[in-house]
Amino acid sequence: MKRVDIPAIEMLHITKRFPGVIANDQVSFSARWGEIHALIGENGAGKTTLMNVLYGLLPADSGEIKIFGRAVNITSAGEAIGLGIGMVHQHFMLVPAFTALENIILGAEPVRLGWTDYRVARTRIRGLCARFQLEVDLNARVADLSVSSQQKVEILKALYRDARILILDEPASVLAPQEAENLFSMLRRMAGEGMCIILISHKLNEVMTYSGRVTVLRQGKTIECVKTASTSPEELTRLMVGSDVIESSPKAQAATTLSPSVLTVDDLTVIGESGLPAVDLVSFEIGRGKIVGIAGVDGNGQRELAEALIGLQEATGSAILGRLQLFGLTTRERLDAGIEYIPEDRRFALIPDACIEDNAILGRHWGKGFARLGVLNPAAVRSHADTLIRKYNVRTGRPEMPVRYLSGGNQQKLVLGRALGRRPKLLIACQPTRGLDVNATAEIHNHIRTECARGAGVLLISYDLDEILALSDRIMVMFQGGIAGVLRTQEADRESIGALMVGAA
Amino acid sequence: MRRILAIAANPLAALGLAFGVASIVIVISGENPLSSFGAMFAGALGSGPALSETLIKTIPLAISGLAVALGLRAGLFNIGVEGQLLVGGLAAAYAGYAIELPAVAHIPVCIAAGVIGGMIWGYLPGILKAGRGVHEVISTIMLNYIAFYLTHYLVTHQLKDVHTMAPQTPAIHPTAVLPQISQSGLHWGILIAGLCVLWFAFFLSRSVKGFELKAVGQGPDAARASGISVPGMIVLAMVLSGGLAGLAGSVEVLGVHHKFYDQFSPGYGFDSIAVAILGGNTAIGTALSALLFGALRNGAIGMQLATNTPKEIVTLIQAIVIVFAGMRLLGRTQAVPSPPEGEGRGGGPHG
Amino acid sequence: MADLELIRSTLRLATPLILAAMGGILSERSGVVNIALEGMMLAGAFFGMLGSYWTGNPWIGVTLGMAAGGLLGLIHAALTQRTKLNHIVSGVALNIFALGLTTYLLRRVFTHAGSSPPVNGLQNWSLGLGRIPVVDQVIGDQNPLFYLAVVIVIGLGFMLFRTPIGLRLRSAGENPEAARSAGIRVGMARYLAVTASGVLGGLAGAYLSLGQLNMFAEGMSGGRGFIALAAVIFGKWNPYGAAGAALFFGFFDALQMRLQGQAILGITIPSEFMLMLPYVLTIIALAGFVGKAVAPAALGKED
Repeated sequence: MKRVDIPAIEMLHITKRFPGVIANDQVSFSARWGEIHALIGENGAGKTTLMNVLYGLLPADSGEIKIFGRAVNITSAGEAIGLGIGMVHQHFMLVPAFTALENIILGAEPVRLGWTDYRVARTRIRGLCARFQLEVDLNARVADLSVSSQQKVEILKALYRDARILILDEPASVLAPQEAENLFSMLRRMAGEGMCIILISHKLNEVMTYSGRVTVLRQGKTIECVKTASTSPEELTRLMVGSDVIESSPKAQAATTLSPSVLTVDDLTVIGESGLPAVDLVSFEIGRGKIVGIAGVDGNGQRELAEALIGLQEATGSAILGRLQLFGLTTRERLDAGIEYIPEDRRFALIPDACIEDNAILGRHWGKGFARLGVLNPAAVRSHADTLIRKYNVRTGRPEMPVRYLSGGNQQKLVLGRALGRRPKLLIACQPTRGLDVNATAEIHNHIRTECARGAGVLLISYDLDEILALSDRIMVMFQGGIAGVLRTQEADRESIGALMVGAA
Repeated sequence: MRRILAIAANPLAALGLAFGVASIVIVISGENPLSSFGAMFAGALGSGPALSETLIKTIPLAISGLAVALGLRAGLFNIGVEGQLLVGGLAAAYAGYAIELPAVAHIPVCIAAGVIGGMIWGYLPGILKAGRGVHEVISTIMLNYIAFYLTHYLVTHQLKDVHTMAPQTPAIHPTAVLPQISQSGLHWGILIAGLCVLWFAFFLSRSVKGFELKAVGQGPDAARASGISVPGMIVLAMVLSGGLAGLAGSVEVLGVHHKFYDQFSPGYGFDSIAVAILGGNTAIGTALSALLFGALRNGAIGMQLATNTPKEIVTLIQAIVIVFAGMRLLGRTQAVPSPPEGEGRGGGPHG
Repeated sequence: MADLELIRSTLRLATPLILAAMGGILSERSGVVNIALEGMMLAGAFFGMLGSYWTGNPWIGVTLGMAAGGLLGLIHAALTQRTKLNHIVSGVALNIFALGLTTYLLRRVFTHAGSSPPVNGLQNWSLGLGRIPVVDQVIGDQNPLFYLAVVIVIGLGFMLFRTPIGLRLRSAGENPEAARSAGIRVGMARYLAVTASGVLGGLAGAYLSLGQLNMFAEGMSGGRGFIALAAVIFGKWNPYGAAGAALFFGFFDALQMRLQGQAILGITIPSEFMLMLPYVLTIIALAGFVGKAVAPAALGKED
């Protein structure tokens, strides 16, 4: 009997509803032993939901799941693990305070007379590391490990439990190009040993290079399952998106005259929690109307740099906005001076339980226009919110509604509209389009370019290389707190940037 | 009208459940809940003097309830109202007997002394939290005990009335007494309470500082990134909250007792927690809730005399009210107090 | 020999703090803030007294006190896990509830008294270490609950850091999402941990009414539940650390009792200031040692 004939997993007519949306609508999906099967689709297409159902984290409303031909009912992660399914989530499910070893054995600890037998665990894990060519410091605290090492811990967790089916949710999104290559080589090895690898991704280049078959989801439905070898990125895009994509307007021609500087940064240094510099003597300049993109893997100091500039983080060095020295000013003073900040984490931008109009004035609520002698003017607040909603196409009910009822995309548009509407001299934008679909992303990119045309300088921090390449005039790559290299966008390509991102150039 | 019902639904349900559970407790201990609550009702509202007494009890509950509510809106759990109330009351009493001024000046001076006393006692936990991360629940509870012992010491030693054995200050001068409105003892404090309600509503809905205070309570990260000084707001909220609590103590001293005596507060500071939570941390809600608890506390005394049900049943009702009213903490007006050990920054990639 | 007496008193006074602090650690390590230790202690004290009053046997009292504390713990667990009530609100409500209920029942059962009549308390155990002089005097003849506290501290330290149960419990308090994805039942772990913390709190309270005073007085826990919580924080959520902190607080409590009215260096310190001391010390301890980075990462968070 050829094992290959019976699919490793079959999901038949899975339906999963959330309040207001059907995440999976009669979705069918099957994957075979020994293959890397890519599951692709836009954000919100239902890929993660489907895999969460398979892994027992969510119950399906209807449908059937078969593992190796046998119908099963998976109601918890524990059961999924017992069936040989392992999942590496997009946001790691690790306990930062525990060591790598503790994280790997959590829930499956070897026991001897009531004690945890760490020795047995260690031996077993070392065996797995050797077999799959993984290297991790088992005694290190996960909080101290690099992102790619943390991912290896996640993978080892699944392997330790004898997973034969491995689901990976956007694994390369947190890796530099070379690290991603290593990861995929390892996945190929695993598939070669007969494991079934399911790869959730929205990056078509990885899908084309590494997968054997591709299943496309769109708006909760299965569109098609094709062999990778017989398709193309264009066809996959069409299947994913289903309609014409908004073309984002071309980059404005770079002015050839010297532009006066919006921001001049010299020797900016931030000491991190461990006592080592998170940002190490960084210097750069942003000219009027220019977009400087900072590329790099998450965790190399980008966040600290942005926070230092806006005043949320202690730093030494110099940062001059126009003619104003920023260090020594409070956050409020920097906002008044004309800086706007779009944080990576929306927790730092919006108050979920407060209404839209209150969120809209946050950061300027003390200023003339909204307040006099310490008292707010409700009419002014209301009309400001109305203008913002209209201009930036924020789809909402009423301005008195709490912001938490807006979708992620609309919340992001609100944040962006609030910042741009204040005509900043300098815009610090971190991951401005994370989680947004293609159309919303294009809208926001257009808005940013419009502000640049008006003379604003933009510091763009993004982990999405495509976004950096699309928007920036100049690209700086951050690695371990310092600037590994600076490239003009016209001359940049993914390989050279990738090399800088891992410090290999 | 529908909106009023919608807002009132949760507190009313909480009350109903609380009375239900209390009835069960009464039955288990061998008494009749109907006669008990009936006696309570009579004791609270059954006559002119009873109603007056209820209102008199409402005054400190309302002001200290607003104190707790203000803290909660800033995301702070001020359990120290009892201690702040004691310190404020003592300060007011001292100003009342140690200085001599015409009434027009004396009363405001005494009130100011009480407010400042409460502000100081509120400032301490505020600065401890803002500067050292000490969680306000524990520090305010500790300060309650400290205030209790401190005031006890002072009224048995330095500030003691030498003419009696009792631990109390001398009586305040007549010029410091809050004038009465009716024969039954209702005093001007009720106007002060009303002003506090109005101030509270205005401060939170229309002032810039109030806006910032709410922001800190509902979204401290976003507040910080928007240029609001979170430590500054914490201190401001605790100082204002303490000041209100001190005011409550002063009003009691100046309007009812006319001196400070040891343990003059039958636990207003603790009642005020339930008052604020039941009232949804709003101005009107707190005022109505204070009226309710004033009635309960007053009525319970009568109930204990008429039946065998101890007045502590009200404490039980309070606890249950807090639980059920508190369950609606995701509502618009209630802030969620933070856990004692501070928010940890998550490690690893997070969404 | 007066100094040995001081150490004996320290151990005596620290015992309820140690027991309650162990309960606090269990709860908080699983991710649930437990402000209600005070109420659990009070309930344990009252029902402990009641058990001894009804049966004449203090051990029945201890059992009843533990059950009462455990019931409060179960309620706290249910309120925070099932109905997602804010941990602090739940704790404050339970404290008020315990105070109201115990005072109410005190007055009902003993007809309007402020304290109960005396009841049979726990007798000290002698360990028969007569041949080791100093050690015998200090720890050879102590209340059985003290010995139990020592066992519990060691046991908890072992359980938390060397057994799978401990690892899983800690994971529930650090990152419940990760724990769930590893197949751990976080809800169940928290229910068990919080109920157990109530049992320990009740045990601490039973010690107050049956081990020290042989009676119950209104509100007799006197803030010790909060001091125990401070010991947890001070001890960085580690059983040995918290026990050490509890001994520290107990020492100052014993010192205060000894010095009452006596002059140190020629200055007479009024008794009220000595009584204030544990509360002041708690604040100082918390201000000096902020456990921000050390608390279980998911403590108090709703997931």
